[in-house]
Amino acid sequence: MSTVERSGVDVARAVNAREISAREVTDATLGQIDAVDERLGAYLTRLHDMARAAADRVDARIAGGEKLAMAGVPVAVKDNMCLAGTRTTCGSKILENWIAPYTGTAVQRILDAGGIPVGKSNMDEFAMGSSCENSALLQTRNPLDLSRVPGGSSGGSAAAVSAHLAAVGLGSDTGGSIREPGAFCGVVGFKPTYGRVSRYGLIAFASSLDQIGPLTRTVEDAALAYDVMAGYDPMDSTSIDRPLEPTFSALRDDLRGKRIGIVKEFETGKLGAAIDAVYKQAYRDLEKLGAELIEVSLPTADYGLATYYLIAPAECSSNLARFDGVRYGLRVEGNDVGEMYEATRAAGFGPEVKRRILIGTYALSSGYYDAYYVKAQKVRTLIGDDFKKAFATCDLIACPAASSPAFVSGAKSDPYSMYLMDYYTIPMSLAGLPALSVPCGSVSVEGKSVPMGLQLCAPIFAERELLSAAHAYEKATMHYKNNKLDVSLHRAPTGNLV
Amino acid sequence: MSNIESAHAVGGPQPSAGGRGAEGAAPSKWEAVIGIECHVELKTNSKMFCGCANEFGGEPNTKVCPVCLALPGALPVANRVAIEHMIAAGLAFDAQIPEFSKFDRKNYFYPDMPKDYQISQFDMPLTQGGVVRYWLEDGTMKECRLTRIHLEEDTGKSTHSGSGDGRIAGSSHSLIDFNRAGVPLMECVSEPEIHNADEAVGYLEALKRTFVQLGVSDVKMEEGSLRCDANVSIRPVGAKELGTKAEIKNMNSFRSVHRAIESEIARQIEIVESGGRVVQETRGWDEVTGTTHTMRSKEQAHDYRYFPDPDLVPVEVDRATVERIRKDMPELPPARFARYHCEFKLSVAQATQLVENAPLAEYFDACVNASKNAQQSVNFVLGDLSRLANESDTPVYESPVKPQHVAELITLVESNTINSKIAKELVGRMWKGEGAPKSIVEKEGLAQTSDPGAIDGFIDGVLAANEKSVADYKGGKTNVMGFLVGQVMKASRGKANPALVQERMKEKLT
Repeated sequence: MSTVERSGVDVARAVNAREISAREVTDATLGQIDAVDERLGAYLTRLHDMARAAADRVDARIAGGEKLAMAGVPVAVKDNMCLAGTRTTCGSKILENWIAPYTGTAVQRILDAGGIPVGKSNMDEFAMGSSCENSALLQTRNPLDLSRVPGGSSGGSAAAVSAHLAAVGLGSDTGGSIREPGAFCGVVGFKPTYGRVSRYGLIAFASSLDQIGPLTRTVEDAALAYDVMAGYDPMDSTSIDRPLEPTFSALRDDLRGKRIGIVKEFETGKLGAAIDAVYKQAYRDLEKLGAELIEVSLPTADYGLATYYLIAPAECSSNLARFDGVRYGLRVEGNDVGEMYEATRAAGFGPEVKRRILIGTYALSSGYYDAYYVKAQKVRTLIGDDFKKAFATCDLIACPAASSPAFVSGAKSDPYSMYLMDYYTIPMSLAGLPALSVPCGSVSVEGKSVPMGLQLCAPIFAERELLSAAHAYEKATMHYKNNKLDVSLHRAPTGNLV
Repeated sequence: MSNIESAHAVGGPQPSAGGRGAEGAAPSKWEAVIGIECHVELKTNSKMFCGCANEFGGEPNTKVCPVCLALPGALPVANRVAIEHMIAAGLAFDAQIPEFSKFDRKNYFYPDMPKDYQISQFDMPLTQGGVVRYWLEDGTMKECRLTRIHLEEDTGKSTHSGSGDGRIAGSSHSLIDFNRAGVPLMECVSEPEIHNADEAVGYLEALKRTFVQLGVSDVKMEEGSLRCDANVSIRPVGAKELGTKAEIKNMNSFRSVHRAIESEIARQIEIVESGGRVVQETRGWDEVTGTTHTMRSKEQAHDYRYFPDPDLVPVEVDRATVERIRKDMPELPPARFARYHCEFKLSVAQATQLVENAPLAEYFDACVNASKNAQQSVNFVLGDLSRLANESDTPVYESPVKPQHVAELITLVESNTINSKIAKELVGRMWKGEGAPKSIVEKEGLAQTSDPGAIDGFIDGVLAANEKSVADYKGGKTNVMGFLVGQVMKASRGKANPALVQERMKEKLT
């Protein structure tokens, strides 16, 4: 196995054991990035100097006798996370040249644990999208099939991890933005309980839903990164102040005694025979590991999409107001401050961001607030209640991570069909639950094998149960071993792909 | 409303609001209805949602951080002390302190508001209701109910350049100082229960003295730590329905509040009496012209799109905290005023002066406790002691003169052991740290003498040395008596009992 293919856990072990230096891992990763990222487009910014300096510091600490949980592990940082001294764009023209002057809490914890930031990864603008096609700055491709999208919004991190351009990709998930790209790129995408990982330094899309989590090739790596990032942060009053149970040391190999809920309303037959077969097999595999499958009902989950597309835009309409050209980012001059605002925001935001700001402004406006925002909050509570009822009879819920496998770039031209990609991930986001997607096989499309993701979801704070179950499933099935990088990835640039 | 008869001749009003009481009330045909909204900066070490210093002034943009500059990704965390200050303010006015409160976002674009929304409180403020009790110069007690007090953050400060007069119109560019952005503010909203400019100022003074006394704010209008707007309307006397209101802004002192309200009431009366209608609008007060002018009309009003701030968890106010704050509450101004004015029979001016200076009032209370003589205590505390305090720039309560010294002095005066002249001299010596007055008197034999023999001796000496005055007196110029008594006092080094000197002198001259 080449250096770049090593898992994060393996890299950290080897660096701590001084079998390999953090600098060697970093150089190998940067070399791989330089070799393939022209065709992949995972990174908006490569951090050669910062990564090497960080690696040298880690090596010095190891030489000094320290043990670091993520020693030398190459990390892709989604470009909505502040890392001091790096361009932090959110995939938007409005922040295209903004250099973050401070580092967010989750990223800082990764750095403190010896993680190496190798680049800032591409994303849908302000995390609004499910394919990375809404990035105003770069197109990211799916490393398993360059004609397809990597998913989104954390598509850059997912593609980077899948293509071995990092062992851990940091993502943020508001309605599925970690889980869906994880599924599309054949990797693990894990969204912890809302409030488990500090949002300080994460550029907000929808504050009540945003949650940072890892994208990794293995569940072990997800647990490793989560254990490092999670925990109360006094800088984020919505972060949860309660003891953290380490997950990595509690990973199991079986599912004996576990009751897994299969959601009646999420019948996979409607997704087509091939996809249905993949999920039915996945459920049987869970059973084979000792789990008891139980049918559960989430009657309000069908309202998730409508609810989400009121709450998230409402919050974003307010969160994105600060991008006004006054203090930082893009400014397009006008005759007075009002014209300057309008010109700046007209030029700085892309169409999907504008659409959501408009929807959200409308939903919050006088006379509509009760009918839209307040109603949506009530439905959100009902969706949470449905999950509570379901979890009275089961320990975990299993369902699809996305409505389809990765699609061909440009295939979803209308916003609604794009929104539907997150049909299975949004209810968990609204309920604040921990959930992940783990590779569960593939379907064959035009002779190519396209991966699928199984979503597992647990009650709040049950990250340990969740990762443990995912690890058992992964270990028994090893679907990620079947990922094959697109052969064109390593070819010299032809010009027609990029 | 309660009415307390003024027990004493009223001294002059305190000079904080010049022109008060002149023509405060609207003419009898019209009644003014006024509600006041006040923004008061809270006194805390750090800003409302970040760790930056909450201090006035400083080089522009030096007291800032990612949070109060609203850098991408920064998050607010609520200041616990500010919330406790709010609870104290609410309790001081008998407001309800709900167990559950939350922060909301008030959305509008403005360059000196970093997030382009203000974190404020919409439908669940930290305090609800309450009543502000205050008094006018004649001692009349008044009440005005509060709608609410809520907590929010201040904005930055814009300076417009290039227009010559600092106005935005015609300016070429604007500069923003974010030092003030994120400073905790409480907004106090009154019910429309104020009816003239005197009451408005009385109400504001009550807020000010209460907040200062609680230590929740410095309330320095000149530093902008208290800013207020007044909603003014008029209606025929006896009418129930409210008239159309105008909101008056830009009033920078209690004096301008008084002038602006009088001017606005007069303006509205003139409009209505000449057959016109008052328009609902925001009007700015102009200190120079002494008039209000249109700033913006109702049609330009914002839709602030309030919604709960998802970055901040709701505030749960536990009852133990409320009770702890209630227990630590000092005696509040209305109660103290009533005690001084009604019970101790101090004048309105004396009572007000003490109430507005809590440590001095506590000193005064200690003097009264020790002497059981409020009138003499107030005479010393607000008289000689306050004069010395002003001269030496040392507060009375920090001087070497202890309340028990004052009480001793009062006993010496009341028992005719010393006369007022000696008393005055003693105050000065006590101020210099010479200790208890009784021991000074004993050590130096300053006790007043009422021994007729000794007094006659002094008188005889003075009469013998002033034959001309004696002759004048006998010739009918009785006003030389004062001079002769003075000579006797001088001869006795101030110890002779002046009343007795007068009495004996008269006898000897007739």
